[in-house]
Amino acid sequence: MTPDNRAARGPGALEYLTTKKDEFIGWARKFSLFPYPFVTACCAMEFMSVSSTLYDTDRFGAALPRFSPRQSDLLLVVGTVAHKQAPVLRRVYEQMCEPKWVIAFGVCATSGGFYQNYAALPGIDRIIPVDLYIPGCPPRPEMVIDGIMKLQDRIAGDRHPILTETF
Amino acid sequence: MAAPVHERITARWSTAVQDAAVSHGTLALLISPEQLLEVARSLKTDFGFDLLLDVTAVDWPTRDLRFDVVYHFYTTHDFVRVRVKTRVPATAPVVDSLIPLYDSARYAERECHDMYGIKFRNNPDLRPILLYEGFVGHPLRKDYPKRREQPLVPYRK
Repeated sequence: MTPDNRAARGPGALEYLTTKKDEFIGWARKFSLFPYPFVTACCAMEFMSVSSTLYDTDRFGAALPRFSPRQSDLLLVVGTVAHKQAPVLRRVYEQMCEPKWVIAFGVCATSGGFYQNYAALPGIDRIIPVDLYIPGCPPRPEMVIDGIMKLQDRIAGDRHPILTETF
Repeated sequence: MAAPVHERITARWSTAVQDAAVSHGTLALLISPEQLLEVARSLKTDFGFDLLLDVTAVDWPTRDLRFDVVYHFYTTHDFVRVRVKTRVPATAPVVDSLIPLYDSARYAERECHDMYGIKFRNNPDLRPILLYEGFVGHPLRKDYPKRREQPLVPYRK
């Protein structure tokens, strides 16, 4: 649609556009991330900070937490996961519908951090696939926002098949 | 600095106590496992130690009596603590349960059993509390390998 055309037909004249299916779906999905906060440890403080007014992940289309995995598409694992808790995390992940993404928030979720012992899971990627790792103990809010934006870039550039092998 | 109640305790139990010292305001007593229940009952009824704060243990791998079982008591009348230690061998790491005196012993002893494998006679429920069913060994013993993992969920790939 050319500017001339728009002027001719008045405001609200955007009646059709041409784009590619993957780009369109990617654009829609990247701005409608519904996180499920799986918050287990001290990184929660930084998570609260990044999601509330001062830093405000809402600005990035990734704010409204859903406390049911069935309604969310971004699993935020914030903090240390113990072996005893691993089955719970695994089940939460399995309950989420496709498409879904996982962020390991902080060094404990990423690798176990300094908990290299009998109790701690050395990184959640041992049991579920992880799309993005945010290092730090805890990460700065800027790093979290940077991570979310990187994930959004990836979603925007991804293929979004309407029919998949499983659906 | 010893509190007056500390001095009364050491005077009362001078026969049973193998070692007594005041450390950071806490009276630390070493007694034999046979006298544990008796001393604890006296602390509760005669000296007003109405809180059992914790039950834990220390592993001394080279010692004959390998484990110290450690109890912390607190009194809300005099606001002081007493630490009671008793030594048990690795072959029979058994002490009496303090459940008849303090209900909180139920859980503290379960944790101690988890972490050190100390058995508490007459504690009816020593199932894992912080660990999980199927966990082999006692992770706070010195001979538990530092990096040994017992995952509940099989690792990917």
